[in-house]
Amino acid sequence: MGLTQEHELHRRRRSRNVGLGLVLAAFILLTFGLTMVKISQGSDMQGYDHTYQLSPRHSTHPTGAEAGQ
Amino acid sequence: MSDIQADIAVQGGGTGEAGFGDYVQLLKPRVMSLVVFTAMVGLLVAPVHLHPVESLAAIIFIALGGGASGALNMWWDADIDRVMRRTAKRPLPAGTIQPGEALGLGLALSGLSVVMLSLATNLLAGGLLAFTIFFYAVVYTMWLKRSTPQNIVIGGAAGAFPPMIGWAAATGHIGIESVLMFLVIFMWTPPHFWALALFMNDDYDKARVPMLTVTHGRRATRAHILVYTVALMPVALAAAFTTIGGPIYFAVSLVLNVLFLIGAIRIWRRPEETAQADNYAVEKRFFALSLAYLFLHFMAFLVEATPWADRLAELAHWGTVTWG
Repeated sequence: MGLTQEHELHRRRRSRNVGLGLVLAAFILLTFGLTMVKISQGSDMQGYDHTYQLSPRHSTHPTGAEAGQ
Repeated sequence: MSDIQADIAVQGGGTGEAGFGDYVQLLKPRVMSLVVFTAMVGLLVAPVHLHPVESLAAIIFIALGGGASGALNMWWDADIDRVMRRTAKRPLPAGTIQPGEALGLGLALSGLSVVMLSLATNLLAGGLLAFTIFFYAVVYTMWLKRSTPQNIVIGGAAGAFPPMIGWAAATGHIGIESVLMFLVIFMWTPPHFWALALFMNDDYDKARVPMLTVTHGRRATRAHILVYTVALMPVALAAAFTTIGGPIYFAVSLVLNVLFLIGAIRIWRRPEETAQADNYAVEKRFFALSLAYLFLHFMAFLVEATPWADRLAELAHWGTVTWG
């Protein structure tokens, strides 16, 4: 006989831990997938100094420097 | 809690440490399957198509919101679930999950599902989901269920919202089509549940839930089933003339509504003694038909959204023109 005895309670606890682990993994995958889709559908963004704005690389409006030329 | 303590507790009568399946049961998986199906139809028949990942996320979070409201319902109704034969084995009456856990899980999943649906799709869909959870958990469960025999009628709105949420997730607005899908489920709910109440009356009586069968008697319930069935017919048929309907839907709906009406008339005409003598055979058949009624209506919406529906309509038109 081993040092530890398998009990119904251990089986239930394992099922809870495995189930929760799988749910969390699925949630992470879904959130990652959603993020990728949102980024691929949206405009290019750039972020610096805690401010996000549309990237001028793909902007339809000319930047100040371009407009002055 | 250490293993030694847990072992002692279990040997001493059972504290009921919950397994993963118990938490799944807390979310009412059978109700969730209806929510998933109707929300999916609402989303797929919409004229705007989301990216598959967004659609999957929307359906998962709508289902999660439905599950959260189920957990809140079980938390509040644990006392009556304990009395009713049909619900006595649920995790709270059985003691496998503690009331605080159910409340915590219900609230956490409510917040998570609403925020994630808003982020994945739009604020309108998230807002509708939040309202649905509030309506089911507070308006229906805490207020109407124990106070009025019309509980099923008004509470049925909670179950009718998922296709509207699915539609809003795709389009960002509420159209006449989503209102009609809502109304089909809303008007279908009373005959469906009152047929169940006719042959499960003892349960509601014991739990002192004011079901129509308990407060107004079985004759009045039979009449109510017929009235709501008649009111359901124009709503279900009207959807055939919107963008989500068509000839296939119309044919399916017409057949189902005729069968449903025949069933409701049979229930209305039956004396209680006859029903008791054959163990409510007609009522049970009507209940089974009601499940098929809703499923096939939404399947027909789905079929109408596929490219072959147009082909079939063209064929039918060609047949009519050619053969007279």
